[in-house]
Amino acid sequence: MKYQCTACSYVYDPAVGDPENGVAPGTPFEQVPDDWVCPVCGVGKDMFEPAE
Amino acid sequence: MSESYRAVKMTDHVYWVGAVDWAIRDFHGHATQRGTTYNAYLVLADKVTLVDTVKAPFTDELLARVASVIDPAKIDYVISNHTEMDHSGGLPQVLAAAKPEKVFASTMGVKALAEHFRLGQDVQAVKDGESLSLGNLDLAFVEARMLHWPDSMMTYLAQEQVLFSSDAFGMHLAGSERFADEVDDCALVEEAAKYYANILLPLSPLVAKLLEKVARLNLPISMIAPSHGPIWRREPTRIVGLYADWAAGKKARKAVVTYDTMWESTGKMARTIGDGLASGGVTVRVMPLRAAHRSDVATEMLDAGALLVGSPTLNNGLFPTVADVLTYLKGLKPRNLVGAAFGSYGWSGEATGQLEEMLGEMKVELAAGALKVKYVPDDEALAASFALGSAVAERLGTETQS
Repeated sequence: MKYQCTACSYVYDPAVGDPENGVAPGTPFEQVPDDWVCPVCGVGKDMFEPAE
Repeated sequence: MSESYRAVKMTDHVYWVGAVDWAIRDFHGHATQRGTTYNAYLVLADKVTLVDTVKAPFTDELLARVASVIDPAKIDYVISNHTEMDHSGGLPQVLAAAKPEKVFASTMGVKALAEHFRLGQDVQAVKDGESLSLGNLDLAFVEARMLHWPDSMMTYLAQEQVLFSSDAFGMHLAGSERFADEVDDCALVEEAAKYYANILLPLSPLVAKLLEKVARLNLPISMIAPSHGPIWRREPTRIVGLYADWAAGKKARKAVVTYDTMWESTGKMARTIGDGLASGGVTVRVMPLRAAHRSDVATEMLDAGALLVGSPTLNNGLFPTVADVLTYLKGLKPRNLVGAAFGSYGWSGEATGQLEEMLGEMKVELAAGALKVKYVPDDEALAASFALGSAVAERLGTETQS
């Protein structure tokens, strides 16, 4: 499931991951490390919500 | 050295060395009827430290104020709390004049500064909670990502309990009064609210988290020194309390009716709707868009529980000023609103439908169906307008919402 940053609207797509920051494609949001931050605006995972 | 501008002493070791911008009336689309200040602070410690600079054209003023206390070449450290150019604009000139040993910013700030300037000097990243020794004094950094930029952070001077809060707790208010207790209270609260409503409102969940974090850190705070406007040297908890209310979305029993009109037909509807709301005991602000600036509408929306929007139909669409204010308000993500759409039209009348769509996208709960009137509203149409106002007033209930 995709998750969206409520601070800046960046969408985390598990199919894509965030390889530049060490998150491989195919990683579900729940398994992204707790210290990972939004690559666009820098806020923490706690600011993300499931995207429709 | 001849005297021009002077620093203002705040504590034993801290001076205000910023600039007053008396002339600015448009701050990237936000009306600043009272001008603003760009606050920079000098900490006279073993390592002389400058916290932020000013908007580029005012840098000479900053350097003159520093020089009234100490030779700028003696600045050892420069801290950039925020990359936006009203605070970083003076960096190139300051770094050339001061040749500081080190420049500090948050991790996101280091990246952002590199995307704004060629500073010719490395900027050292500091992390949330990190401290920096100035020899006889100590600083600590508190990151505030997305309040209101990714790079935003605050700096805390431990021994004097001063929080350099960057844009948080600030406001656009030019004056010779440097401290909040010297400023007319009405202007102070008005401008503080305006700043929050136009800049921080969409980030309210983050504001709430920051306030919790600062409370948990248990930092004694004697003075809050923001990057715009007066310094809170007495009762800094007051502005923190206001922020807590605004972040929680505390509302009054209040409605904003905003509109534009081509031949006063939508205008007559707006005024009658306003009376209908008022008859239900609601505080009303009717804001015609050729009179009110979008940022003033946003300010009134801060504690409003209802938003009613009126537009004529121009070339099958919204009147442009209405599209403008809705785009602006949508970006501010106001919460817990009821509302309605209205307007006069001539033949195709698409505007009210488009208004309802926009209100829906803004998550405004429609308290009544849209009211459309062909050409000039007659008595029946005005009665319907009044009724629309009362219906929305009823939805606002008898208690304040939060």
